[in-house]
Amino acid sequence: MKILINDEAYTVTAGTLAALVAELGFSDARIATAINGEFVPGPAREHHILVEGMRVEIVAPMQGG
Amino acid sequence: MLFYGTRLSSPLMLGTAQYPSPEILAAAVREAEAGVITVSLRREAAGQRAGQAFWSLIRELGVPVLPNTAGCHTVKEAVTTAHMAREVFETDWIKLEVIGESDTLQPDVFGLVEAARILSSEGFRVFPYTTEDLVVAERLLAAGCEVLMPWGAPIGSGKGLNNVFGLRALRAHFPGTPLVVDAGIGLPSHAAQALELGYDAVLINTAVAKAGNPVAMARAFRLAVEAGNLAYGADPMEARDMAAPSTPLLGRPMLG
Repeated sequence: MKILINDEAYTVTAGTLAALVAELGFSDARIATAINGEFVPGPAREHHILVEGMRVEIVAPMQGG
Repeated sequence: MLFYGTRLSSPLMLGTAQYPSPEILAAAVREAEAGVITVSLRREAAGQRAGQAFWSLIRELGVPVLPNTAGCHTVKEAVTTAHMAREVFETDWIKLEVIGESDTLQPDVFGLVEAARILSSEGFRVFPYTTEDLVVAERLLAAGCEVLMPWGAPIGSGKGLNNVFGLRALRAHFPGTPLVVDAGIGLPSHAAQALELGYDAVLINTAVAKAGNPVAMARAFRLAVEAGNLAYGADPMEARDMAAPSTPLLGRPMLG
């Protein structure tokens, strides 16, 4: 299944957002996620089924002013 | 002054962006004895995990963090970013930026008020990056903000306090509201001036990070806010147009 992660095309096997986060090695990482521009809190990731063409955003702490 | 019930250890808020290295950033934060550091959120690449390393650095510093919504141009972007920041940084504090104009990076004050209302109703403690406009300030307070962060000058410009009259008026109109000059401060003297006007804090980033010696500049800012704070508390004299001799005239010998 093809989806966009942070605006880059990926082919993934994960069925849910939680599984995708694990597949990318972020299970223990400090990140936040969104699908199609909507925030998905950590505990809700397992309830979000990935579908073709979805836009997933994964963000993490970064320097800021 | 309390910021949403929290007393800061210093009126110096320091941004964490644009330093030459993480080591220099950490040294500057320590030298500044910053009361708050600002942080942001950006996309995390699976192989690099840059954000995770930064998170470790922030935790080691042990300074309260104020996440921002920098770069957001719409209410929806800013609100969603705030939600993500709350989860990542485990704080309901948010420095709310809704940018309205790309040359000056000045806030879209209409979107700002709307986003502030949404976030305040959701339990966020909003630090709105705004202008010195009194009416906008009123609307922000009505929207639930208990802190205001007017700009001194455009972000990263280093021009100091462009509208001292406006900033003074804001201070006078909202004596009980914590006020922070955010953006535009380029020199320690600008920061001291803000504190001398009775502002409760200043937020500095580029002026420290882009100095030739960021750690020395961090110290200079620490001393400047201390001086400005002391000066305000010492009740400065009124400025006047005409000279007034400081040396007594009485007892002056007749030598002419």
